[in-house]
Amino acid sequence: MSQLIWNGLFTGSFYALVALGYSMVYGIIRLLNFAHGDVYMLGAFIGYYCLTLLSGVTSGLPALLIVLVVAMLATGLAGVGIERLAYRPLRQAPRLAVLITAVGVSFSLEYGVRLIAGADPKVYPVRLDGQPVELLGARLTAEQLVLVAVAFVLMGALHTLVMRTRAGRAMRAIAADPKAAHLSGIEVGQVIARVFFLGSALAGAAGVMAGAYYGRIEFLMGFVIGLKAFTAAVIGGIGNLPGAMLGGLALGLLESFGTGLTGGEWRDVFAFGCLIVFLVARPQGILGEKAVVRM
Amino acid sequence: MKRALLAFAAVATLPVFTISPYVLNMAATAGIFVMLAAGLYIVVGYCGLLDLGFAAFFAIGAYTSGILATRFELPLVATLPAVLCATVLAGIVIGGPTLRLRSDYLAIVTLGFGEIVRVTATRLEITGGPTGIYGIPPLAADPVAFFYLVLVVTALALTGAARLGRSKLGRAWQYVREDEDAAEATGISTYRVKLAAYVLGSVWGGLAGVLFASQLSAISPASFTFLQSALVLVAVVLGAARNITGVILAAAFVAVTPELLRAFPDARYFLFGVLLVVVMLLRHRRRATA
Repeated sequence: MSQLIWNGLFTGSFYALVALGYSMVYGIIRLLNFAHGDVYMLGAFIGYYCLTLLSGVTSGLPALLIVLVVAMLATGLAGVGIERLAYRPLRQAPRLAVLITAVGVSFSLEYGVRLIAGADPKVYPVRLDGQPVELLGARLTAEQLVLVAVAFVLMGALHTLVMRTRAGRAMRAIAADPKAAHLSGIEVGQVIARVFFLGSALAGAAGVMAGAYYGRIEFLMGFVIGLKAFTAAVIGGIGNLPGAMLGGLALGLLESFGTGLTGGEWRDVFAFGCLIVFLVARPQGILGEKAVVRM
Repeated sequence: MKRALLAFAAVATLPVFTISPYVLNMAATAGIFVMLAAGLYIVVGYCGLLDLGFAAFFAIGAYTSGILATRFELPLVATLPAVLCATVLAGIVIGGPTLRLRSDYLAIVTLGFGEIVRVTATRLEITGGPTGIYGIPPLAADPVAFFYLVLVVTALALTGAARLGRSKLGRAWQYVREDEDAAEATGISTYRVKLAAYVLGSVWGGLAGVLFASQLSAISPASFTFLQSALVLVAVVLGAARNITGVILAAAFVAVTPELLRAFPDARYFLFGVLLVVVMLLRHRRRATA
């Protein structure tokens, strides 16, 4: 029972990190960034190569934390690059066009990584298999605890950034009304680039953590997590940051219990079933505003 | 119309030049793909709804006919009514709730639906698990006869889609695509119109699935991945300057190119992705300056 909760919290915190980027980008430019899951995959691969480079110098948790920062910077920049090249020129284009572009970006990232790294899954060079300790009946390791703590610190930092700083206020202003924000002197393009940086960096962090947690990565790993993160964002209320965190954790827990009930192979079906049920019953999510535009 | 007839006649003479089963098989594959693209064109091209899980309907058609034909030893033609029912039902179940929402939600839900169908087919016993179903009786055993069958069915499917596009319903679709609010304001029930497009598209996909099952005589979940959905979408987007002829050419191109690019399997999807982005950027830059 408490093992299920623990597993749910762990996967849920990955979902939440990825969902945050999804939700931020959606909130600010109303774009479903299809390639977001692939940025997560990119983070995992950057982490893999950095860890392989570092393996002679340090290993274990300290190396992982260094690599986490490097991967976050790299994926953040990649996110900015994607926005600059593929999305910005289409800002005035119909939404369908931008969505299809996002599908194209997703393809390029997946098969670009496959070209470089190959199609076979890679074994992550660091494993979190320290001494397991019993805590309330669940077996977990100190490293796992640290990673979950890091995930929560990142989420908290993002929340503070968005709610308490000038830059965050500019983001919220654009989300509320892009035209008015522009008229009051906010550099809209720059703020959007920043949002892409933050969202992609969080996804990259989740990618490294997932690599370390599951132990293997492959070029299509971002596909399902992208779907799950979207599900989490919808459950929480898309465009709403606390909602995305809550939705991620809720989905992680739901999945964990669903798996406990029905067996692991139905996990994804269960998650997407949740998505459809939520879209039908409460499309605005737990914390979101009204999502139905017209009936 | 004249050009379409000419093209039809030109393709129909193919067996005069070669009866190599490889070439005919490839032509039939391209034909099935064109039919899939015609179905998706109804949804994406006419009505402007982004469907990212179109392979699900392809799979439902192929599995429904495959299961019925092998379990009850029916000829494949006899399974068509069941295939129609199954695809219409699936279209209503997925389109019904989601078409009321923002259109970009539909994209993700259809993507999730595509995965659900594939995973379910991999896990269930009746669908044969990961190995799938084999020993499906063909619609026509001879490659030349099957080629003509695919040609005729695809031509009918294309004609049907094009005529639908010019009908009253089709004009309503295009109205919804261009401006949903205005369409609603002029008295079009946009929800019903969208649902009709979605369900019709799924029927086209399901029927293409029957042809596919007949061609391969064996189907497995590996044929119905997101890649398949995405490739059909690529064909529709590349070809669709709002014109079904372009879709035919693009679909044939997308179906045949991977066969020709077999030597570089890694690069081809990467190139597809880049191409998709470049095409969208070019198309919309042109519109902005015009």
